[in-house]
Amino acid sequence: MLLIYCPYCEEERSELEFRGAGDAHIARPENIADITDEEFEEYFFLRQNPKGLIFERWRHIHGCGRFFNAARDTVSDRFYTTYKAGEPKPDVSDILQSEQNKGAAK
Amino acid sequence: MMGANRIPGVGRLTPARTARFTFDGRTLTALEGDTVASALLANGIHLVGRSFKYHRPRGILSAGAEEPNALLDVSRDAARRQPNVRATVQEVFDGMKVESQNRWPSLAFDVGGFNDLLSPFFAAGFYYKTFMWPKAAWHAIYEPFIRRAAGLGVTPTEADPDHYASRYAHCDVLVIGAGVAGLSAALAAAKAGAKVIICDEQPEVGGALRYENGTTIDGKDGWDWAQDTAKALAAMDNVTLLTRTTGFGYYNHNFVGLVERVTDHLAALDKSLPRERLWQVRAKKVILANGQIERHMVFANNDRPGIMLASAGRTYLNHFGVAVGSKVGVYTAHDSAYEAAFDLKRAGVSVPVIVDCRENPGEAVLAEARKLGIEVLTGHSVIKAGGKLRVNSISVARNGGGSARKFAVDALLVSAGWTPSVHLFSQSRGKVKFDAATQRFLPGTYLQDCLSIGACNGTDDLQATIDEALAAGELTARAAGAEGGAQVALSGENRFGWTGGMIGAAEGAGPDTTVKAFIDFQHDVCAKDIRLAVREGMHSIEHIKRFTTNGMASDQGKLSNMHGLAIAAEALGKDIPQVGLTTFRQPYTPVTFGAIVNHSRGALFDPARKTPIHAWEEAHGAEFEDVGNWKRAWFYPRSGEDMHEAVARECKTVRDVAGVFDASTLGKIEVVGPDAAQFLNLMYTNAWDNLKPGRCRYGIMLRDDGFVYDDGVVGRLAEDRFHVTTTTGGAPRVMNHMEDYLQTEFPHLKVWLTSTTEQWAVIAVQGPKAREIIAPLVEGIDLSNEAFPHMSVAEGKICGVPTRLFRMSFTGELGFEVNVPADYGQAVWEAIWARAEPMGACAYGTETMHVLRAEKGYIIVGQDTDGTLTPDDAGLSWAVSKKKPDFVGIRGLKRPDLVKDGRKQLVGLLTKDPKVVLEEGAQIVADPNQPKPMTMLGHVTSSYWSANCGRSIALAMVAGGRERLGQTLYVPMTDRTIAVEVSDMVFFDKEGGRLHG
Repeated sequence: MLLIYCPYCEEERSELEFRGAGDAHIARPENIADITDEEFEEYFFLRQNPKGLIFERWRHIHGCGRFFNAARDTVSDRFYTTYKAGEPKPDVSDILQSEQNKGAAK
Repeated sequence: MMGANRIPGVGRLTPARTARFTFDGRTLTALEGDTVASALLANGIHLVGRSFKYHRPRGILSAGAEEPNALLDVSRDAARRQPNVRATVQEVFDGMKVESQNRWPSLAFDVGGFNDLLSPFFAAGFYYKTFMWPKAAWHAIYEPFIRRAAGLGVTPTEADPDHYASRYAHCDVLVIGAGVAGLSAALAAAKAGAKVIICDEQPEVGGALRYENGTTIDGKDGWDWAQDTAKALAAMDNVTLLTRTTGFGYYNHNFVGLVERVTDHLAALDKSLPRERLWQVRAKKVILANGQIERHMVFANNDRPGIMLASAGRTYLNHFGVAVGSKVGVYTAHDSAYEAAFDLKRAGVSVPVIVDCRENPGEAVLAEARKLGIEVLTGHSVIKAGGKLRVNSISVARNGGGSARKFAVDALLVSAGWTPSVHLFSQSRGKVKFDAATQRFLPGTYLQDCLSIGACNGTDDLQATIDEALAAGELTARAAGAEGGAQVALSGENRFGWTGGMIGAAEGAGPDTTVKAFIDFQHDVCAKDIRLAVREGMHSIEHIKRFTTNGMASDQGKLSNMHGLAIAAEALGKDIPQVGLTTFRQPYTPVTFGAIVNHSRGALFDPARKTPIHAWEEAHGAEFEDVGNWKRAWFYPRSGEDMHEAVARECKTVRDVAGVFDASTLGKIEVVGPDAAQFLNLMYTNAWDNLKPGRCRYGIMLRDDGFVYDDGVVGRLAEDRFHVTTTTGGAPRVMNHMEDYLQTEFPHLKVWLTSTTEQWAVIAVQGPKAREIIAPLVEGIDLSNEAFPHMSVAEGKICGVPTRLFRMSFTGELGFEVNVPADYGQAVWEAIWARAEPMGACAYGTETMHVLRAEKGYIIVGQDTDGTLTPDDAGLSWAVSKKKPDFVGIRGLKRPDLVKDGRKQLVGLLTKDPKVVLEEGAQIVADPNQPKPMTMLGHVTSSYWSANCGRSIALAMVAGGRERLGQTLYVPMTDRTIAVEVSDMVFFDKEGGRLHG
């Protein structure tokens, strides 16, 4: 069972309190009524399903109720960071670099 | 009598404290503290079961959790019976009943043993090759036969009368295993001030010290040191010491499952105690001190009862005071087994020979053997064991050939060396690495915050183990934030250092042989089966495992994995790391369903939601149906009525007079804020800004893919306040859906959402007399058609309490929905009922509600839609705004597949024979005589007998449905074909005049 840091409650809480909500940073197009079929496919259907780092949404549904974003490793289930909805996507290379530094420190 | 093989003065049990139990009906005496295995051995019993596949006689192989053979049926009473209990783990209690398994008619003479003679036909993979032909024989012959033969033990038939407990626990350092390493680490962590949980699967701490009697720690005998240390730990406020507690599963983020066996060893059952307690521990740091498991030697007939692991022989002697035989041979590839011979010899047991397949054993153990006068044959192997129900001899030959020499024995202790228990490390998703020098897998790369120490980390020397453990204890405590206390120092020494070990088949069971040399006892897998798998083309260890079922029994190959791997590597001509190790999965040892299910059974399995009017409904004889977690009144049968009659009466009464219906389960969301209308514009297909306060509108909610997600009536109470209703089952997900868009896509909107489902009781009053029923009870609202037409909402009072009164209808009749605060629900219901009943109105349930709405063609999202229908498919395109620039689903609706011709559309179906009621879910075809598989046009979504129409009615999804009005289609059933005519969806009061009555 995962332990997840809610950036609103500022606490680590058990996965039981949360619900996953799919990939993060996929903004609904402002002009959605006018986009092409290909653009809609890209927005609504296509996901990378990466092995490794993923940016994804969680909702603290049985807590504060807020949606937030997380950077998680899909292989190890390690959370690199969580951050509030609307905050910019963290830089991937920063995350991986800081992980390497931690690894070297061990 | 405490058993003929009990040696007075040896072992740690108290001779005066006896317990009586039965084994296959025979009464035996044990000592308190015995396991079933030690008690049976004390009574000279080695033969305890028949094997899974070949029904070979089997004995007790180990003295611990790894036991693959001695699986017994243990019961306390009729309801408390459990199959497949490991005799080596289960403690004896007075009055226990033990039965052997997988034998008929008796353990000594078992008809199934015939399988052993047929074994050439049961080679690995035979399941996959046999039973293929003829096809018809599968159901008639093969499957019943396999089902009878498969599985070990007999499932209990009575409900489990025990209860189980569960608790969450948090700690700084969790130590799994309380041997020398675990205890030392826990001590160091605790002294540093950390909050520590330490657990061990055994009833007492000590680990390997149970058998290892040559250890001195801190100047004391090792076992005594362990017990003293446990007492010291248990006395500390920051330590929880759990015995009889297995760390069975290492999950994400240092979440570890422990199961504590609380009562299974007690003769007198304390009903206030749970049978088992599940601990769900979240630890900042985990220390794995799981120890190691001894491997058996792989040679011909190595499964004969009386052959057991050397450490087990020592455990039975040194801990339980039981000699496992009177003439005990030793066959080993490791120094440790010599000590078993020494202990037995000193206890007065004859040890005819130590057979060592190595040329050069450790000097120290050789010298001691000489001193004790035990014959040692180095460079020799046991090529065969004699005897059937019990080993009676061993044939020993020099490695490489030569004539065999036979020794008479009644027990044989074996050791091929030790396998570090990396199970929990592997469960934590750490990567093991192969240590070529010692031929074993050890923890390599860690993925979680844990440390392995002692034997499970490949640390062999005692002092090195202690030092490693103390350092780990302190390091983890400090890392977890502990700041207190003094450092701990401990010294320890063992009588002998050990060397040696081998993996794979021993001499005489090599690739050129076909002997039965078992590697997996529980699944009857032999060395030759692994080789066969390789010959058949299995090259991955994962394939070999599944083809042979090696390691797939409930012991998960604790003894067999390394042997299987080595034999596979040899057959493949590869190095062991190239072949790889299969992944260890939770649980480490079997966990009862009781512990996992815990309190979630019976009434606590899933919570039941009841409306505020539930008690009245029960008192008035309602039958209930489950809708999600809700208990909803289904229909109210009067005496002598069946469901059909009750529903027909209710349906007629509502349309002729009136009916009262509990709609409290309806989902309700309060949408408030200056941008509330704008938000609803985005969430629903309809337009909301033109809805005036005091008015209601039916709304459809889509997902962005354009499919119908939910529907419901929304009332506008004020410019900035809406009362939204959802389907009963859809309330939580609709709320989540709205919150998602509000928080992440439209965060600029000033809107607040509140779930109010349980705050309002809802009483629907429907039918021609609905107004007359409620009018005298209502204050402050003019109920006339002019002031309060269909689709109105107003706030006022009813029976003196606040109400949100809706004029709306899900029946097609004049109707009101009375919302009152939940606490007043039943009182208001009773007041309404007191007026309704004398007028001849009825209370009605969900079944009647379903029929009445179907008579009007009102859909139920989730019944008439299935997540692939657009509003147009459902005949609701009128509810989709053409003017709004955006709403969720606006783009999805334009997808090519969603606008193309021939989509399935909701229509009505009228059976040609009006008395025939279609089955919901039945398929619809155009031509019933076409060859199979037929082209199916759609299916029936709703179907009822309509008393008001005097005939059956149905709704259905039909391809191009609205183009087919008037066409005849067919519903083929198994026994007949039903002709139907496609109609529109409104079957009653097509003009809709009754709504406005």
